Amino acid sequence: MLTKLSEIKTRAEKMLLEATSIEQLNDLRVKTLGRKGEMTLLLRSLKDLSPQEKAELGMAANNVKMQLEEMISRKTEELKQQEMEKRLIMEKIDVSLPGLPFMRGSKHPLTRVYEEIRDIFVGMGFNVAEGPEIELDYYNFEALNVPRDHPARDMQDTFYVDEEIVLRTHTSPVQVRTMEKLAPQVPVRIIVPGKVYRKDDDATHSPMFQQVEGLVLDNRITLADLKGTLMHFAREIFDADLKVRFRPSFFPFTEPSAEMDISCVICKGEGCRVCSHTGWLEILGAGMVNPRVLEYGGYDPEKVTGFAFGMGIERIAMLKYGINDLRLFFDNDRRFLKQF
Amino acid sequence: MGVSINWLKEYIDIDWTAEELAHRLTMAGIAIEGVEEAGSDVIMELDLTPNRGDCLGMINLAREVSALNGCPLRIPQIKISENRENISDYIKVEIDAPDLCPRYTARLVKNVEVKPSPEWMQNVLLRSGIRPISNIVDVTNYVMLETNQPLHAFDYNLLSKEKKIVVRKAEYQENLVTLDEIERELDLDSLVITDGIKPVGLAGVMGGFNTEISNDTRDVLIESANFLSTNIRRTSKKQGLRSDSSVRFEKGVDPNGVIYAVNRAAQLMQELAGAEVVKGICDVYPGQKDPLIINLRPDRVNYLLGTELSYKQIKDYLERLKFNVKDRKGYLAVEIPTYRPDISMEVDLIEEVARLYGYNNVPDTLPLGINRGGLTDYQRFRDQIKEVMASYFYEVINYSFISPQLFDRIMLPPESSLRHVIRIANPLSEDQSVMRTVLLPGLLENVSRNMARRNLNLNFFEMGAVYYPSNDRLPDEKLKLGAVAAGRVELNWLRNQVPMDFYYLKGIIEILFRELGIREYTFEGWEGSGYHPGRTARIICQDQEIGIIGEVHPQVLDNFDIADKACAFELDVETMFMLKGQKIMMEQIARYPAVERDIAILLGQDVKASEAIEVIRASEPELLQDVVVFDIYTGEQVPDGYKSAAFRLTFQSMEQTLKEQDINSRVDNILSNLQQQIQARLR
Repeated sequence: MLTKLSEIKTRAEKMLLEATSIEQLNDLRVKTLGRKGEMTLLLRSLKDLSPQEKAELGMAANNVKMQLEEMISRKTEELKQQEMEKRLIMEKIDVSLPGLPFMRGSKHPLTRVYEEIRDIFVGMGFNVAEGPEIELDYYNFEALNVPRDHPARDMQDTFYVDEEIVLRTHTSPVQVRTMEKLAPQVPVRIIVPGKVYRKDDDATHSPMFQQVEGLVLDNRITLADLKGTLMHFAREIFDADLKVRFRPSFFPFTEPSAEMDISCVICKGEGCRVCSHTGWLEILGAGMVNPRVLEYGGYDPEKVTGFAFGMGIERIAMLKYGINDLRLFFDNDRRFLKQF
Repeated sequence: MGVSINWLKEYIDIDWTAEELAHRLTMAGIAIEGVEEAGSDVIMELDLTPNRGDCLGMINLAREVSALNGCPLRIPQIKISENRENISDYIKVEIDAPDLCPRYTARLVKNVEVKPSPEWMQNVLLRSGIRPISNIVDVTNYVMLETNQPLHAFDYNLLSKEKKIVVRKAEYQENLVTLDEIERELDLDSLVITDGIKPVGLAGVMGGFNTEISNDTRDVLIESANFLSTNIRRTSKKQGLRSDSSVRFEKGVDPNGVIYAVNRAAQLMQELAGAEVVKGICDVYPGQKDPLIINLRPDRVNYLLGTELSYKQIKDYLERLKFNVKDRKGYLAVEIPTYRPDISMEVDLIEEVARLYGYNNVPDTLPLGINRGGLTDYQRFRDQIKEVMASYFYEVINYSFISPQLFDRIMLPPESSLRHVIRIANPLSEDQSVMRTVLLPGLLENVSRNMARRNLNLNFFEMGAVYYPSNDRLPDEKLKLGAVAAGRVELNWLRNQVPMDFYYLKGIIEILFRELGIREYTFEGWEGSGYHPGRTARIICQDQEIGIIGEVHPQVLDNFDIADKACAFELDVETMFMLKGQKIMMEQIARYPAVERDIAILLGQDVKASEAIEVIRASEPELLQDVVVFDIYTGEQVPDGYKSAAFRLTFQSMEQTLKEQDINSRVDNILSNLQQQIQARLR
């Protein structure tokens, strides 16, 4: 009996060693430990033995059975591990291939830049105001202190619909409309985005382009506030280390008026073609709201002061993305649009 | 305009380098665009704002430098020896249009020797971009550059025997040949200088050829006058003629500067052409202009600038500008010289203080107080639309003005209301002459242009206004969302190049509406112009039309040279906004398993899938959870006039696990309803 037991064990161990698949192990399990397996039969035959033999042999057989069981399950585990590893190697893919093209679009670069500008100002407590693109001459010019025959009208050649109606040449008319609506309420903090139109079409001018205008009114708004606000904006949109300077300028609707320059974002102020070798880029016009404009809007300039500013979104976008031709924005070539 | 620094130094000492000077002036609001060496001289390119036309005169520019560096100004002294004759014996001046000519002065110089001017003067003129002609003409230009007062020289002996100057508006059908030898037809608003008989100059713009200075000229009448800027601007524009003179008058010239200028010219003609100067000046000055007095409150300066300048500092800056400043109780009374017409209010003076103090010395602060900023619901809604659309389409921005011919190309019928347009009175070209009433043509042009450049599979969207005439003063501006798709989804290695057809576009709308919370909308077949009559739908929600989706009419595609098919939609953004965000109420999720059954039927070719779905849903309102069309087929094995349609039905109960025979009987019921109600045939 004992010899038989060790035979079974040796044979099983050999098969175990040679097994290369889970199936073989299952076979082995059935053959040795299954209901009709060698071990089971052996154990069954114990009943014919004497109680003492039964006890001795029974213990030995059970030991072998347990050992075999453990060895088989350990080997099974091992083989499973190996198979998993093999499978993982087989299933290797080329991760460099592009993904499934679910998304096949993008926002226009001007939209992206506008949203960035807007978010900076909204973060400073601004609201967004909007108004008509086809506008009364009154709001586009007169209420902004630009009467007919004013030389400043030369600065912006205008598309007319008729004597009194124009395609707005800037977003500033919305300033006046907002003031009329809110006066004498303060504070006012708005930006005004939108399309504007000027009768100009060449490499550096487009007859339609987009502006963002801003207006801040309160009981005491100063030139210092204008500077601080716009500096913060410039550093947020371009670069925290940017140098910013303000120069006196002229706009009929602001006094004092200013032009804001930033250190060239291309050459970092060293001087390059983009900044005409000055190291500076002009990016926006601004100023303290002209008292006449405040009066047109329904505010008392003695009690309320404010500042306004305006910039071209195209200009900011060109500088941000290194776009060298204004016309690309409205050409809508997919090879251009795809890059944003 | 180019400014010679050497010449500038004749009027003021400057220790700064050219770069430093340019920088200082720029930071004080007199923008210098560039600095260029020219031999021993340096030329600064001046880029003046329209309010500072005075700085076109060298003396005025020197005055700005003086305010910056504190050095005294050297204004040339006038020294003339006049003869004993009297100007009034030679010339009279009449001004018939005093509103257009506030002042006219004239001086006469006799027996001049016309010859080239000396080299130093020629150099000054050349550096300023003016061609030297003769000593007489050059003097008038030189003095203009120096004083900003345009001058004109007439050959006195070519004036009529009347010996008078009459300044009047042009008469009907009056012509004048100007110095550039162009015959000009004058309009009735133009101001002319006449000799009592004929026009001899277009006031403020250009003199007449008939009285031009020549080598034979002996006696010269020098005109130093002041004209209304707006009238000169209008005339110069109308004639398409901009001269150094008109540019200055347009920006405004000081009427109190005419005497100095005419004397300076007489002096130089005496020095350079041996002229004998007739005694006296003929001066008619109907539009007397006196210096303005403006009160400036120092507190207000600091209030507006956010600075802490002292009373003394403020006064000092104004005095550096040569303004006459008087102390009053709590404020300063400032006399504004008439050569600075840009200063008319207290804030203008505040700007003068600020620019001399230096904008960059003003502190940087943020406005005090808080404001609840942010976007309106409508603004956020539009963002949301762009966000969704930009996941599937490239955003384009097209011009708002289009060619009226595009309406023909999209086959709009002549009576279409979309042909009622806002027309631009002065368009750049006919191609950009009307405001768009529809986005489709712009989008089709985008497709066409891209295809011509071999960008084939295209998907674009645009959100922008269209413009309709209205009964209000201003037109109606409606925001539209348009999209166009042509070809297939971009080529990719997974080979799922789905065609971007009607159903692709419809799928996008479904995603969009889901995102926006627009529910229970329907697509109703529609025959609209510009679209394929069998492949177009109106999108309806709560009895309102949101927009149109369809395959673009093959003829239209042809008209735009688009070789592929294209589909488009155009939706009204405000209507979507009104319909958005329909309330969501959660439905209970069943705990018992769902059972799916597929049915296949034959439907008449014209029966819509949505009709079958309606019948199915109506037949089984209780247990049917979902119906999906998963196959539509025509061809082999399908009889003519029919299409095969397959639906997957999902049944589920809230109360129990469904039994086989229960579902079978419900499917049978559905099938028999399909047979009876829409004549479906079973497969």
